[in-house]
Amino acid sequence: MNNTSITEPFVIEALRAGDRLEFSRVVEALSGKVYRLALKMLENPQDAEDVLQETFIKAFRGLKNFDGRSSLSTWIYRIASNEALMHLRRKHPEIISLDQPVETEDGEQEPVQIVDWCCLPEEELLSTEGRRHLDEAVEMLSPALRVVFLLRDIEGLSTEETAQALNLSEEAVKTRLSRARFRLREILSGYYRERVLEKQAHGA
Amino acid sequence: MAHEHCRHLLGGISDYVDEEASEALCAEIERHLAECENCRVVVDTLRKTVSLYHSTCEPAEVPSDVKQRLYKRLDLSEFLE
Repeated sequence: MNNTSITEPFVIEALRAGDRLEFSRVVEALSGKVYRLALKMLENPQDAEDVLQETFIKAFRGLKNFDGRSSLSTWIYRIASNEALMHLRRKHPEIISLDQPVETEDGEQEPVQIVDWCCLPEEELLSTEGRRHLDEAVEMLSPALRVVFLLRDIEGLSTEETAQALNLSEEAVKTRLSRARFRLREILSGYYRERVLEKQAHGA
Repeated sequence: MAHEHCRHLLGGISDYVDEEASEALCAEIERHLAECENCRVVVDTLRKTVSLYHSTCEPAEVPSDVKQRLYKRLDLSEFLE
């Protein structure tokens, strides 16, 4: 994971003044991260490319107003997250917005699957099929949980940076990250339950 | 996971696997884990889940055709390496 809070090498004054060479350095450094986030949010390369382009167009236009309250990369993640969520809303108007409460019922995240699949070999968990399970599980998260999980656990932003990027409180970020991780754990436990039982049967 | 104490600790477990839980909460969770097999499994599999995602994180790369179109759209093609 890359930590984004390292000192950024960009010349903010040049960027605010519209320096295109300096902006190309920002694009070079951050476009891969924005594309990865968009791809995992939208699950479609064409949509991810649209979000990638829109993010940097908006960033270039907005740079003169960049106030430096967050790092530049967090600010770009903020634009990218908004673009991805807007894209999803346009395509699926029925999905919940990021501002609405995520939880609907008490005890929603209470673990159901109690099976210890940590004993399964790494080569199985990280095989092509294992990786597909991981991707599918992320796709099953609601957008509001998915974006928090991706920023924290895939992009490596801190809780504070994620809160800045999504305009949420740090407490809300922690709660949503916890819910996302418990949900993923539940889905993966469902996948691996049978494998563990098979293994136990063979070992018995 | 049916016990009240298990439910009570649930909210702190994500912080606990990140080693960001307070000392008091860590101690409470660890005391509970010592006597609750179900919660041990939940914590172990949650930790494993997070570590699997960390270890499979793909490199942040833009395919070259996507990159070319991006630079063109931004009128930055002259800076494309």
